[in-house]
Amino acid sequence: MIWVDTIVQGVLLGGLYALFAAGLSLVFGIMRLVNLAHGDFIVMAAYLILLLVTLLGLSPFVAAALAAPIMYLTGWLLQKHLLNRTLGTDILPPLLVTFGLSIALQNALLEGFSADSQRLPTGAISTASLDLGVINVGVLPLMTFGSAIVVIVGLNQLFYRTELGRAFRATSDDPTTASLMGIRPGDIFAKATAIAMLVVTLAALYLGMRSNFDPSIGPARLIYAFQAVIIGGLGSLWGTLAGGVIIGLAQTIGAAINPEWQILAGHVAFLVVLLVRPRGLFPRAVD
Amino acid sequence: MSFLTTRGLTAHYGDFQALFGVDIMLNEGETIAIIGANGAGKTTLMRSLSGVLRNSPEMITLDGRKIGAMSADEIVPLGLAMVPEGRRLFPSLSVEENLLIGAYGRKIEGYWNLEKIYRLFPILAERRSSPGTALSGGQQQMVAIGRALMSNPRVLLCDEISLGLAPVVIRDIYAAVPRIQESGASLIVVEQDIGQAMKVADRVYCMMEGRVTLEGTPQSLSRDDIHAAYFGVGA
Repeated sequence: MIWVDTIVQGVLLGGLYALFAAGLSLVFGIMRLVNLAHGDFIVMAAYLILLLVTLLGLSPFVAAALAAPIMYLTGWLLQKHLLNRTLGTDILPPLLVTFGLSIALQNALLEGFSADSQRLPTGAISTASLDLGVINVGVLPLMTFGSAIVVIVGLNQLFYRTELGRAFRATSDDPTTASLMGIRPGDIFAKATAIAMLVVTLAALYLGMRSNFDPSIGPARLIYAFQAVIIGGLGSLWGTLAGGVIIGLAQTIGAAINPEWQILAGHVAFLVVLLVRPRGLFPRAVD
Repeated sequence: MSFLTTRGLTAHYGDFQALFGVDIMLNEGETIAIIGANGAGKTTLMRSLSGVLRNSPEMITLDGRKIGAMSADEIVPLGLAMVPEGRRLFPSLSVEENLLIGAYGRKIEGYWNLEKIYRLFPILAERRSSPGTALSGGQQQMVAIGRALMSNPRVLLCDEISLGLAPVVIRDIYAAVPRIQESGASLIVVEQDIGQAMKVADRVYCMMEGRVTLEGTPQSLSRDDIHAAYFGVGA
């Protein structure tokens, strides 16, 4: 029975990692940009939610809803005025700039909020659980996983059912020809990063409710997110969910065998997938 | 009166100058053909007109408006659409999505819509859900033309629409040109296939080494004139 529990916990943890990764996957899928500050933006959003909770006395959910438009705007401005300038045939400038951004964000958060670890107040929900007969499942992990599914379904609908989604895909294929359709690639990229920041806000909400956070934990979240994206196959959103679940499963199974193995097991699973399927589980047909 | 005009148009790729003071003009409802050998500057001219290459503002005017320095996404809403060389369909989009995205920058009620495009090229209706790039070269060219028409352009630029296609397919594609002309659009057709170009054009410009070397109506130009202008040698 303990194994059933371990597996269910692992899958649900994968939901959190998928949320970390979905924004990264979206941005990479559209503009081939790896945002090395992605994890730090999750932490920044968590502090923003905490600030709203503390200052206005809101519940974390309401605070996240307020933080979302702020993060959306942040993403839009960031892409439009900074990251768009780094895009081109050379892949190095966006890596350098987002790496610098990551350091700057960590230090700004350290300056503003100190190195103390924080947590979002959750009330009863953090300990609530559902009795499924054989096992008990926490409500918060379930909500996290459910949110990940909703985000992936939503992004897929956006991608494949809307005009903006068509413009995303066309710009990703060929920005010059897209501009001949009247599409402004820079604006499309700005919208994509802005939408990714909405997902970042949701990821931050669950991160902050489920665990402690401090200004230095961003890069580790980036690594989990990055591994989930790579395992899933670059640019595939359902693949990203699968990738998150694989990392989550590996970590919980590793921890069940020996608590010291939790993080290591996730990395080992990542390396194994890279060895067996170098392009990930669901690679895009055209790359 | 002149509708689309270039005056002293120059263009550079880095240090390399591709156009040396090109003057062409297009009247409303007219079709002009631009012919010339490889490297004559035809595609550079099209890239300049469509805004992919930026120039000085006054070098290109559309309806009296200086558009030379505008980017492609700014020019599309003014009613200028391009069928790019090599078709350049979006691989991630289906045939129908490729057509729909043609109207992204200019959504106006006009002659052309999805239904009219499918009537113009019935085969596309059958293949509407296929990925654009799964089609044959000729069908892809139909999608590229349909995609440009979806914005109901006032000027349609066609860059080498016969390139790499079998003669029978070229005939099918060119059979659509009169229907596009009837819809009221003005056309600029860039061609290496001189015969096809002469059949549809009201006037012809011949280019060589970045300059216009000959201009006239298809009836007024002799084979020898064209030969000389095309290859730069006396016949």
